[in-house]
Amino acid sequence: MFKTFKKGGVHPPENKISAEKKIETLQIPAVVTIPISQHLGAPAGVIVKKGDKVKTGQIIAKSSGYISANIHSSVSGTILKIDETLDSTGYKKLAIAITVEGDEWETTIDRSTDLKKEIKYSSDEIIKKIEESGVVGLGGATFPSHVKISIPKGKKADILIINGVECEPYLTSDHRLMLEKADEMLIGIQIIMKALDVKRAVIGIENNKPDAIEHLTKVSKNYQGIEICPLKVKYPQGGEKQLIKAIINREVPSGKLPIDVGTVVHNVGTVFAVYEAVQKNKPLIERVVTITGKSVKNPSNYWVRIGTPISALIEAAGGLPEDTGKIINGGPMMGKTVTSTEVPVTKGTSGILLVPQQESERGEIQNCIRCAKCVFVCPMGLEPYLLMPYAEKQLWDEAEKSKILDCIECGSCSYTCPSFRPLLDYIRLGKSNVGKIIRSRNK
Amino acid sequence: MEVIVFSVIAIGVLGIVSAIILYFVAQKFKVYEDPRIDEVTEILPSANCGGCGYAGCRNFAESCVKAESLDNFNCPVGGNDLMKKISAILGKDAAEREPKIAVVRCSGSPEHRKRTNKYDGAVSCTIASALYSGETDCSYGCHGFGDCVTVCKFDAIYIDEQTKLPVIADEKCTACGACVTACPKAIIELRKKYPKDRKIFVSCVNKDKGGISKKACAVSCTGCTACVKECKFDAIKIENFLAYINFEKCTLCRKCVEVCPTKAINEINFAPRKIKAELGEKQEKITKDDLKVSEKVEIKKSSETDNIQEDKKKETDN
Repeated sequence: MFKTFKKGGVHPPENKISAEKKIETLQIPAVVTIPISQHLGAPAGVIVKKGDKVKTGQIIAKSSGYISANIHSSVSGTILKIDETLDSTGYKKLAIAITVEGDEWETTIDRSTDLKKEIKYSSDEIIKKIEESGVVGLGGATFPSHVKISIPKGKKADILIINGVECEPYLTSDHRLMLEKADEMLIGIQIIMKALDVKRAVIGIENNKPDAIEHLTKVSKNYQGIEICPLKVKYPQGGEKQLIKAIINREVPSGKLPIDVGTVVHNVGTVFAVYEAVQKNKPLIERVVTITGKSVKNPSNYWVRIGTPISALIEAAGGLPEDTGKIINGGPMMGKTVTSTEVPVTKGTSGILLVPQQESERGEIQNCIRCAKCVFVCPMGLEPYLLMPYAEKQLWDEAEKSKILDCIECGSCSYTCPSFRPLLDYIRLGKSNVGKIIRSRNK
Repeated sequence: MEVIVFSVIAIGVLGIVSAIILYFVAQKFKVYEDPRIDEVTEILPSANCGGCGYAGCRNFAESCVKAESLDNFNCPVGGNDLMKKISAILGKDAAEREPKIAVVRCSGSPEHRKRTNKYDGAVSCTIASALYSGETDCSYGCHGFGDCVTVCKFDAIYIDEQTKLPVIADEKCTACGACVTACPKAIIELRKKYPKDRKIFVSCVNKDKGGISKKACAVSCTGCTACVKECKFDAIKIENFLAYINFEKCTLCRKCVEVCPTKAINEINFAPRKIKAELGEKQEKITKDDLKVSEKVEIKKSSETDNIQEDKKKETDN
């Protein structure tokens, strides 16, 4: 019997069509556009100007607060412009465009592929290196990793959880990474274990990836304190709170963080980036992106430099299928639709999904029939059918009392609703308003 | 018989005793309330729109009575007349205020502004704009899902079926400002109310560079400064490639409307212009177009009256 979380959850069709495809390196485009806000928190401050020459891995925007991250040039070339550019939401945000000239790397970066097992840095040095390299959570939330590793005083972690679940349908980037970079990842885990001073780490993997489970179980025997925990397939198991519940059966209380129950969760992509940052001095300038979809000619996984337009990825996968209805940045459950193919790949882009027209349309909104399916599937134990009218009718007090802020925006409620009600859309609106009210109250 | 008499007496005595107790209790715990609060509440519109900044009409009346002067109070619905009445009741002076009216600063109808994608989420402007920039390439323009219509307590806004844009019914608008706060794109503005509800304003909020905004919408302001040069009253300023007409300085001379190359400056409720024979072709075109605009307004009005007539017919038929 495999472990899983207890409350709610759904089983969307997996459709992991690119799982067998090895990660290839995508050709560097002619121009990259690097947004200065690719992470949660304050946008980074630009430190280069138009016409400057930059090398691959050179810092181009500096972290501008505690919760913020450095941004590095992912290519070598000349700064074309620093201007407002379309981002994935269609609004214009500040971004740095660089014309690519060759591929000259910063000399401090170790580009060799040999494994560096020995960790010769202290905890503080590790955190500093991660911060300098601009590593953020690559699972999708893009929370700066150095903040997560710096544990506040008076709290202690006793176990590190690594998220290799990849519960989103279609996406396979983490799966491929676990198969191809297992050693690097495991060293990355040991680095974080040393920084956190914990003796035990568990990697949670859903059992729809038996090859990854087998491979990591074999390799992890060489590394002390790291175990593999196979999990039952259920969405949203990759949610931090659900994963903690599934693996170590601890429940994170409402409004608290995983560290309050003595654990820290990191994504497999992040631990690989940590390995490269600490052992190889390589900042976060590329990541694995899955390009997939039912009518895509060649669904696959690529190493993509940050700032590459997604049109280059689509081209590499065999071009945009004619029946495409939506281009989604991320997975089908939590991803967001983009309106232009010129949108760049950012640190948080785990996949690009091309959905055929007939599957992309939402059903016609009908009345709530009080079937309570949304309540049954909510992994946080909320009542989405109530939260939606609260947000619609602007009853913020009631919404707050009903713990609207606990919603993890997994979309299980909207997915399961037989009346196609836009539950999550309204809950998100409610969350942002209730959040604002609480912040102004605390001021 | 006896049973009935006893029960009537018993219940009657109980009733009288409780009435006496209640009377004394009510006297003891009486809360004094200024009778003027009721008087003021009486004359307020009781729409509870919140346009005054208070939680409803009663709260506004209480605050008026408590305050030392009425300078900072204004009921946008009742306007100056109402404030005068309140000041007569309370014996405090109220400052005169300029009446205002809401104006929708976007003309991006589907014919001018091409839809480049389709939104199928929740029908709400706030939700749509939190998700992404909108169905067109103009990230500043109106979504047309009608958050302003929902929020208006006076039924003064409706979405025009052809242009998919909100239209303000001038005679109903009270300038309470509810739509201004509800609009996530900040398109609606409260402007000075001129005689006959005449309005001249730049009907665009696009801050993109001229080329980009023109590409996204044919009637956008490109920041070309033609209107600034034409205006003799220094009423027009351009900031971020967007012109803005200061209603304090504008004299409704309509010169700027003529020179605007993209027709981003709107004139509403004006009499049709006279076509002068000696004018050049170019200017003639402009005036003809303007005629169309004013005709449209008239057509709308006539169609409204048609509807009313139809309704009446239906009633009589029934």
